[in-house]
Amino acid sequence: MTFIDHSLSVPSPHSITDPALAGKTNTMVLNMGPHHPSTHGVLRLVVELDGETVVNVAPDVGFLHTGIEKNMEFKTYQQAVVMTDRTDYLAPLSNNLSYVLAVEKLMGVDIPERPTVARVLLVELQRISSHLVWLSSHALDLAAMSVFLYGFREREQILDIFEMVSGARMMTSYFRVGGLAYDLPSDFLPTVKALLDIMPSRIDEYESLLTNNIIWQERTMGVGAIDSAAAIQYGLTGPGLRATGVAWDLRKDMPYCGYETYDFNVPIAKNGDIYDRYLVRMAEMRESVSIARQAWQRLKDMGPGVFQTSNRKVAPPPKSEITHSMESLIHHFKLWTEGFKPPRGDALAAIESPRGELATYIVSDGGPKPYRVHMRAPSFINLQSLPHMAKGQLMADLVALIASLDPVLGEVDR
Amino acid sequence: MDNATVIERLQAEFGDKIGPVSSMLSGEATINVPREQIVAVAQFLRDDSALAYNFLENLCGVDYLGRQPRFEVVYHLLSHANRHRVCLKVGITEKDIHVPTLTGLWQTANYQEREAYDMFGIIFDGHPALERILMPDDWSGFPQRKDVPLGYEEVAFSNTEAQISARKPFAEE
Repeated sequence: MTFIDHSLSVPSPHSITDPALAGKTNTMVLNMGPHHPSTHGVLRLVVELDGETVVNVAPDVGFLHTGIEKNMEFKTYQQAVVMTDRTDYLAPLSNNLSYVLAVEKLMGVDIPERPTVARVLLVELQRISSHLVWLSSHALDLAAMSVFLYGFREREQILDIFEMVSGARMMTSYFRVGGLAYDLPSDFLPTVKALLDIMPSRIDEYESLLTNNIIWQERTMGVGAIDSAAAIQYGLTGPGLRATGVAWDLRKDMPYCGYETYDFNVPIAKNGDIYDRYLVRMAEMRESVSIARQAWQRLKDMGPGVFQTSNRKVAPPPKSEITHSMESLIHHFKLWTEGFKPPRGDALAAIESPRGELATYIVSDGGPKPYRVHMRAPSFINLQSLPHMAKGQLMADLVALIASLDPVLGEVDR
Repeated sequence: MDNATVIERLQAEFGDKIGPVSSMLSGEATINVPREQIVAVAQFLRDDSALAYNFLENLCGVDYLGRQPRFEVVYHLLSHANRHRVCLKVGITEKDIHVPTLTGLWQTANYQEREAYDMFGIIFDGHPALERILMPDDWSGFPQRKDVPLGYEEVAFSNTEAQISARKPFAEE
């Protein structure tokens, strides 16, 4: 039996491959990925095995690195929104939100209530759709095929709403600095209502397939557990952290977009294993439905109105104004040829994305393009806790563990 | 917890060993710290029971080309108990591009420091495995530095036999 080192550390791929190449033979090194269906993208894992037991595992990332942060330095603030869609491609609206909030903090602009409520409604729908992909693929990895079909049915309905508002199913770019890209379409509210009405019973349906399913429980209960102290050491955030019993949710604890005015709970669990992460995410979907319902009611009560700020230095004037006002024409011209210029300085905006804390750090040099953009990508940082959770588990549980962390490789590699 | 209290506590503890204090446009207090003090300051912020910045939220490099010091490492610490964030900045020059690692305090610094090394070439002394993380192992240069252009570089992978054999003589064997 090989000794398994449970102390806190984040191994690098070389720390496993080098001893093996030098002739270490009491364990076997297995290369899993980057082309492996259960790694949810191009994640490579170097796994050190003793029989079927995982002795050590090191994630190797970067296969999808496209230099998004660097590319954003060459676009104006408004153009760079489209780059954010392509990081976490399962939750583009959350990325849009984190980025535009950071730029709005740089500029010091206030967003009217209607677009803010619309943002909240849409990111909560985004959270549900992202969690549905997690649930579907997680169940599929553990051979529960039908959950996949049910999950994608409702996800498709949510993507139809995104297509309705932005024209794109996934690469939405719908949130812009100063508000929304365009106004909500007239049939938006009834369509969302139809979804919110069926969603609670659909979540019951998923739960009826898995929560009390003995195979599901045996594959997930007590597997890949982590405690709250270790989770904080590894920087684990989101459902993974809340499953360890830490009730930390930025929507509740450091609210943005007026989340303090919504009535919702932060679901937590106590064991920090795969099953608890599952329970937390399922409960989160129900809370998201409740928040979306409240936002829906507010939008309905507000009726038609503005969809962006009236600050003409940030948001373009409406077309009707341009034909009458010289000043509006100048604003329009400046915004489209040069963009706006925030003051020198830096700003950070953190939001609770479906995967955890997504923070965008922007440095402005006073010019029309961001000097530096850095994204604290929750998938990237959560991945560090994988070796700690996987040590001593079986090889087959590693597949369940990756799915329970829900990494999106576009965000890991950026 | 507010910014003034944090700054007061830090100045009481470290006096003039820590540099000028400023503020981010998003409201967080920013403390410039010389690199010799960064581990001590971060540990004080983490372990002091009233401050309790228990979470290293963000760590990244910034390249201010043409300014002295050229590079900056930016740390954002978060206190779960006080719901408060503070920013630390360490300036380092291109000639002596070293800064002590924070992996001894938070394991989460591991990947973030590797990314800052990969993108800017900042060397974190004491890091357990300071290797490239996003770029290929044999990549030369640090892509997010401001003197590296966007695009126009040689493609790393090719389907053309001649190009493969020119770059990898062993591929023909």
